[in-house]
Amino acid sequence: MSSIFQAVGAATSLSSSASFDTKKFQFSSSRSLLGKRASCVVVRCSGAKMDGGLNQIGGRADHLVTNAVATKADTPAASTASKPGHELLLFEALREGLEEEMERDARVCVMGEDVGHYGGSYKVTKGLAPKYGDLRVLDTPIAENSFTGMGIGAAMMGLRPIIEGMNMGFLLLAFNQISNNCGMLHYTSGGQFKIPVVIRGPGGVGRQLGAEHSQRLESYFQSIPGIQMVACSTPYNAKGLMKAAIRSDNPVILFEHVLLYNLKERIPDEEYVLNLEEAEMVRPGEHVTILTYSRMRYHVMQAAKTLVNKGYDPEVIDIRSLKPFDLHTIGNSIKKTHRVLIVEECMRTGGIGASLTAAITENFHDYLDAPIICLSSQDVPTPYAGTLEEWTVVQPPQIVAAVEQLCR
Amino acid sequence: MALTRRISGLLPPVSTASSSSSFLHRRAFSTDDTTTITVETSVPFTSHNCEPPSRSIDTTPKELMKFFTDMALMRRMEIAADSLYKSKLIRGFCHLYDGQEAVSIGMEAAITKKDCIITAYRDHCLFLGRGGTLLESFAELMGRQAGCSNGKGGSMHFYKKDACFFGGHGIVGAQVPLGCGLAFAQKYRKEDHVTFAMYGDGAANQGQLFEALNMAALWDLPAILVCENNHYGMGTAEWRAAKSPAYYKRGDYVPGLKVDGMDAFAVKQACKFAKEHVLKNGPIILEMDTYRYHGHSMSDPGSTYRTRDEISGVRQERDPIERIRKLILAHDLATEKELKDIEKQARKEVDEAIAQAKESPMPDEPELFTNVYRKGYGVESFGTDRKEVRAALP
Repeated sequence: MSSIFQAVGAATSLSSSASFDTKKFQFSSSRSLLGKRASCVVVRCSGAKMDGGLNQIGGRADHLVTNAVATKADTPAASTASKPGHELLLFEALREGLEEEMERDARVCVMGEDVGHYGGSYKVTKGLAPKYGDLRVLDTPIAENSFTGMGIGAAMMGLRPIIEGMNMGFLLLAFNQISNNCGMLHYTSGGQFKIPVVIRGPGGVGRQLGAEHSQRLESYFQSIPGIQMVACSTPYNAKGLMKAAIRSDNPVILFEHVLLYNLKERIPDEEYVLNLEEAEMVRPGEHVTILTYSRMRYHVMQAAKTLVNKGYDPEVIDIRSLKPFDLHTIGNSIKKTHRVLIVEECMRTGGIGASLTAAITENFHDYLDAPIICLSSQDVPTPYAGTLEEWTVVQPPQIVAAVEQLCR
Repeated sequence: MALTRRISGLLPPVSTASSSSSFLHRRAFSTDDTTTITVETSVPFTSHNCEPPSRSIDTTPKELMKFFTDMALMRRMEIAADSLYKSKLIRGFCHLYDGQEAVSIGMEAAITKKDCIITAYRDHCLFLGRGGTLLESFAELMGRQAGCSNGKGGSMHFYKKDACFFGGHGIVGAQVPLGCGLAFAQKYRKEDHVTFAMYGDGAANQGQLFEALNMAALWDLPAILVCENNHYGMGTAEWRAAKSPAYYKRGDYVPGLKVDGMDAFAVKQACKFAKEHVLKNGPIILEMDTYRYHGHSMSDPGSTYRTRDEISGVRQERDPIERIRKLILAHDLATEKELKDIEKQARKEVDEAIAQAKESPMPDEPELFTNVYRKGYGVESFGTDRKEVRAALP
């Protein structure tokens, strides 16, 4: 398994971001200090050319790239040095959160394959082993079942381990430990033991890694009672969720995405921790609620540009908390817009979207003007070929079409 | 092999920590703590990659009596659980430990309550050995509130955190990596304690065991892997499941010791030796050659894959309680009648505990939702109104 942590492809600035009306962009959360949402995804859309200021690359046979380096090109006047906060990439944000927590609490330790001397296959734990020692940043052999079990045993004794799966798919080997021991021990012991582990790792489709390395395990884990699941999508929420997950006394699975590690964003200097069960309002709107998480957020925002040009006003919510759902935020949004579109990277069958559809229908059925549309990945093993891999996941044109159908 | 005679004279009763202290004021037998009796194990230790400990073990009359009393209690508890299961008060799975009591007793004698023990589902007697009460055991078996896990765990999920007893696990072999995690935490915290991760001959063929062993040996974790070899993995004899039934040798680079698991003193010596070894040199495997009289669980008659003659043969020749009884009688520490009285007392205590446990109520409905998550940072909102999910059962 080669370690893939370089950004692939050239950074492309989207001149289209200028079309993004920042004045309409209200920030309901005081958390984000970004003057404008500048992280964008460059997507090669097969077939239909986008109207409106979208992907200008056109015709280049690249696979998907995400980066958000557009800030510099778009705002030449604003010098990065004068803005508050500091800029970093998503994996650096994760590392920062991790390091701050390790500094704060001596019980926090990391274990996983290649996390120590190698620095982590996605560089999330780089520099930690020389600083904290080999026992605290533990290089494990390739034995997911047992080192996950080991982490859980250590947690029973009072430590707070962070277990890294080099790829989320490998955690299938540790499913027994995660389901039975991690999730259930607090219950079956009558509350005697708590399991404050964080299980994290990259998953998701992208980079043509093949079927076994492109899995989305959130749907497999979602039924396990006793665990919490969160998915990060920006450097800001990556750091915040990492810190919150470490501080939580419950087992938390933090889902990262292979393609998002090189997203750049400016985050605050001061310490902050996010709420594990809250969703994030990415773009307030009136016409339709689009619920998404992780990488699909960027596809949705891409589609949002088209939609805005077509006259729609989508409300985009990054649900972040996959278990439990933040039905409060979602509900308020549905009460406002009465139309729901779920865009996710999970499989259609038994995915997060399926659960979310059920939850929304149960709780907010009276508020819906149209049936919920759930766009998910196809129920196929992820193929290797670039074109096929693209078609496996939801693309912006499909999102646009779905919104148009919903708002008819 | 000198057998020192005990010094004659009545000594004041010393109340032992076991649950039979209630009747010790009836001074009848010796509970002397100062005389040393040297006992030899039944068979010598067989070792792999290490020097075996000595066959001679020193003990005191008090310890001998304690062994007898505790084992009698454990035996009684398991027999009572058998009849409770047959009268449908205990449901589900019930895996009984009778025949294997010496492993628990010998281990407890060699270690402290700060050393961790983790085991699989045959955990009732180990729980008792760690300081659990009969009431907690029976209540948990019957699913009542007074149980050690509030009735939510059942037979396979006994835990006692303050005595470092980590359960109680249903999936075969999954507790061994957990045990290595406990040892990891002990090493992380630089404690001078060890972890006993117990598993059976059936679990010895699990891959995660070897993974855990590799890691424990790699990082010198203070983990002692104890294979309770009762020769049958559920219904399959060990020679039919394992190419190499020498489980103590399976660790290869990890030293191992084969111990007669029906001899409490052999177990005690081995555990003492293992604890010292492991704190210096990293993990060790102990194979306890033991036997269970019951089937694998209450749903297994236990006679389809082995003969009744075999079971009664072992009971006659190797029964752990009988061995201690013979030792006590040989050293004149108590009379036959007194030992019978102890067993009667054990029976009485067990019956009382069962009666008390029967009175304990079943858990209430809200208990269904408690302890799923732990309140703490981050876990604040559930449900649509940001209130905790409350459900009313029909």
